[in-house]
Amino acid sequence: MDDKIYTVTSPVMGTFYRASAPGEPPLAEVGQRIKASNIVCVIESMKIFTELRSEHSGIVKKILVENEEPVMKKQPLIIIEKE
Amino acid sequence: MVFKRILIANRGEIAVRIIRACKEMGIGTVAVYSDADKDSLHVRYADDAVNIGPALSYKSYLNIDNIVGAAKKTKAFAIHPGYGFLSENASFAQACQDNGMTFIGPSAQSIEKAGNKSSARQALIELGIPVIPGSDDIILSSDMACKVADRVGFPVILKASGGGGGRGMRIAATREELIEAFSIASGEAKAAFGNPDIYLEKYIDKPRHIEIQILGDMHGNYIHLAERECSIQMRYQKLIEEAPSSFVDDEFRATLGETAIKIARSMEYFNAGTMEFLVDKDKNFYFMEVNARIQVEHPVTELITGIDIVQQQILIAAGQKLEIRQDEIIPNGWSMECRINASDPEDNFMPSPGEIESILFPGGPGIRIDTHIHDKYMVGPFYDSLIGKLIVWAQDRPSAIKRMKKALDEFQIKGIQTTIPFFRKVFENKAFIKGDIDTHFIEHI
Repeated sequence: MDDKIYTVTSPVMGTFYRASAPGEPPLAEVGQRIKASNIVCVIESMKIFTELRSEHSGIVKKILVENEEPVMKKQPLIIIEKE
Repeated sequence: MVFKRILIANRGEIAVRIIRACKEMGIGTVAVYSDADKDSLHVRYADDAVNIGPALSYKSYLNIDNIVGAAKKTKAFAIHPGYGFLSENASFAQACQDNGMTFIGPSAQSIEKAGNKSSARQALIELGIPVIPGSDDIILSSDMACKVADRVGFPVILKASGGGGGRGMRIAATREELIEAFSIASGEAKAAFGNPDIYLEKYIDKPRHIEIQILGDMHGNYIHLAERECSIQMRYQKLIEEAPSSFVDDEFRATLGETAIKIARSMEYFNAGTMEFLVDKDKNFYFMEVNARIQVEHPVTELITGIDIVQQQILIAAGQKLEIRQDEIIPNGWSMECRINASDPEDNFMPSPGEIESILFPGGPGIRIDTHIHDKYMVGPFYDSLIGKLIVWAQDRPSAIKRMKKALDEFQIKGIQTTIPFFRKVFENKAFIKGDIDTHFIEHI
């Protein structure tokens, strides 16, 4: 069962953003089907924006962090059920 | 007394730098700080300090209402913006003026002229200032980008109109690359500056970045304080700066200086400013942009001219006439600066926030350190990765290099990754020691 779950984690301490720019729609919503290499969120650390891409195709199960919330390195952000 | 009290609308090392300048002039200081910075050195050093909001910049250091409110509350009728944040924001300069406060910098109109790179460019072409061939207007579509690129020739570079510091820039060597780069660059520009406008230029191969520091008063007097060589960059972020440049002789310095002043005059620019040029190997130079503020690398100019640029900014803002004449500016010796960033040179310069466990600063003759960090300081992820500047002065370039090497060996920061080990390598590099550098230097070492 667990190998069906893929978790996107933050590569760096920073701020979590659900959209690629203010006013843009969120990159991923719960229930949404995404493809491998799709951008699912953005982490800003020290003014550097890093787009996080999903390594797997699947369905977004849970978004664990609120928009603009601070996150730690390796913190789980988004849970995706692999397809 | 020029001002009784100055509010510093910034944080980090530059806030500390400005507070020091004010103290030497007998001017009171007010710091502003976000929730993330309440234990910062600038808060400790200032006479008064006001919390202006949460950690995220747009809620605090970019929040014009909160900053103007803090100035009113503390009766600070002058505001120094530092660099970054609101320093080149014309609305902020205007808001200061509207509230009866002096903005220590150029006028809102000059900031607007300098900041709108597309229209600044147009005006400068008419004045006969050399600029890089490119789009005269904002690029509205990838189709338009391709048309301009075909005219000026590939490779080309896309730049954000409201940008700076390399953000929102993309290079494209082919039409396919350009189409992809356009959509990414405009997204980045909007995210970083709230302005999606993009323009396009011919990309100059292996150029040097050489800039001229100018000072202008409100009475039409201008001087330049010679050049800074800033070719050592990583993703358009400067890492090492020096003054003078080994590539610039007296004649070329005079040409660049006169050009910089001509640009400043055309914008009715006053206060401190920097005109950035790209210089190719044949000494063709192209004006890039005006930095309408104090710059990170200003200390190298201070050390070779003996002029305190921040204090000059304050005097100029108070309406005083420049007391320094151009013929009094004779560069003396050599100065170099390393930007100490909380980033990991072993991991592609990725940000490296965290707590500083311990720190040992270098010392001795000709060493200057501008910083806000100390033992147990928490380097948060909210702001720029610059945590300090190591600046040396010596009689000539080889002596400055030796002094910098010694200082880098002494400099110890534990707890986070920094650019210090990377600089130790650069200062051993033969091409660097010879002064054989261009803006792509770092990619090749």
